[in-house]
Amino acid sequence: MSTPAVQVLHATVVRGGQAVLQDVSFTVPRGSFVGVLGANGAGKTTLFQALLGLAPAQSGTLHINGAPVHCGNAAVGYMPQMRKVVGGQLSGWSMVAAALKGRKWGLPWCGRAGRAAVDAALAAVDAQDLARKPLETLSGGQRQRLLLAQTLLDDPSLLLLDEPLASLDPARMRETALRIHSLAQSRNMTVLMSAHDINPLMGVMDHVLYLARGKALLGTVDEVITTEALTALYGAQVDVVRAGGRVFVVAEGGGSALQPHDCPGGHSHA
Amino acid sequence: MLEYDFMRIAFVAAFWVGIVCGPVGWFLVLRGQTFASHALSHVGFAGATGALLLGFPPLAGLTSGALLAGILMGVAPERTAGRDVMIGLVLSVALGLGALCLHFLTHAASAATALLFGDILGVSRTMLLWLVALSVCCLGALAFMGRPLLFASLQPELAAAKGVRLRVLDIAFLALVALATAECAQITGILLVFTLMVAPAATVLRLGIAPLYGLALAACLAVAEAWGGLVLSWYTDAPTSFWIALLGALGFVGACVSRRVTSA
Repeated sequence: MSTPAVQVLHATVVRGGQAVLQDVSFTVPRGSFVGVLGANGAGKTTLFQALLGLAPAQSGTLHINGAPVHCGNAAVGYMPQMRKVVGGQLSGWSMVAAALKGRKWGLPWCGRAGRAAVDAALAAVDAQDLARKPLETLSGGQRQRLLLAQTLLDDPSLLLLDEPLASLDPARMRETALRIHSLAQSRNMTVLMSAHDINPLMGVMDHVLYLARGKALLGTVDEVITTEALTALYGAQVDVVRAGGRVFVVAEGGGSALQPHDCPGGHSHA
Repeated sequence: MLEYDFMRIAFVAAFWVGIVCGPVGWFLVLRGQTFASHALSHVGFAGATGALLLGFPPLAGLTSGALLAGILMGVAPERTAGRDVMIGLVLSVALGLGALCLHFLTHAASAATALLFGDILGVSRTMLLWLVALSVCCLGALAFMGRPLLFASLQPELAAAKGVRLRVLDIAFLALVALATAECAQITGILLVFTLMVAPAATVLRLGIAPLYGLALAACLAVAEAWGGLVLSWYTDAPTSFWIALLGALGFVGACVSRRVTSA
């Protein structure tokens, strides 16, 4: 493979006076599906912000497709964490279309080509019918699908998805993960997807990027999700337990290491 | 009623003000910043009374006061929990200042009534020209920043990631709101700015109409409500502001009911 999709070298990113990422280095090959794991405040969102060019690195370099990160990179599709809906009476279509050339000055007019692009993106996630309904009548999972369609508008080569599975029920989690996976494969996209739980991503992801204490560890599931590797990363005893085909990362004291209270680094919100 | 010059001017003025207040209000309601517009009108009141005191036309004071406050509000730290409190404080201080200026004015009572409740029948030809100029500027600015403003209003995080400058838009939009508020205050008065800024826009948004059509419809509805107020006031002798306020509220309630009926 030629240039990697994402290359981060010795990057330190500071937020609110605290180094959320400290001397982090990793390389994501093209076409890889990466699950970004870590407790709340471990720096998942900050990492995405840095890759989007919104949180400048204090030192080190971040490259996407061989070019330094910069704000408004059309090659990067981004799905922020879900938040409260603005303009809930508007249709899903209107919301998706708002992102079309959203940076350009002028009237919010799509034109025929623009409308076709929005329709095509919605078709890619089977959301044409959903898009006709007002946003406030949609469930979280349905809105998530519209947001996913929105990331496809610029035909990106890299998707940064911030907690797309949060607040979905388990069946939907798996369904969403599979949907993103097949989309990524058919469009040859690299995906970085953050999650709280590793299990919905099992079998879907090629690599895990595990964040803890300002450090990052990238590798396959079998390399990273092991007692030794995670203990070294956390700097504290962490056990990886496999039961019933599922994986649990458990900190000393019994809590799940992916829950906020167990982050040994004690970082505040990223 | 159109044989009278002041009525003809009033209709033209209402048209130009409505056509700005509708779409600006649409964004205002969408962004949940209606309270800011309310506060801006109060700062405008202080500006207008100050201008009267110094012998300037009140519209000049109103516009510059509101514009200054709008820009300051945009520059101030964003979206903190304390922002409401800050706006509230500014609002009350401004109104207090206005009261102080009125105290020193000789024709305080009539000036105060005109400012607070509007005086559309007293719009002069010069003032009309100013209103038209302001409206053209506002519409031009809104057309220019419409797309990024819509994107930033609906999905701020994503817009920021796509390179939209949220801060610049925040400031520019509040400045625009200030100008629209100043214009609106000429027609409905400072206390009733909501009637033309918020009511038509909220009505249209409630109907769930797509953005571009919604903006156009909000403009039409604002003009219709302003004209309706003028006509009704002509036949009933009740103040125009009263009728505009009533029509705005009725329109909104009607939209809610029709939405309920169609979705049921």
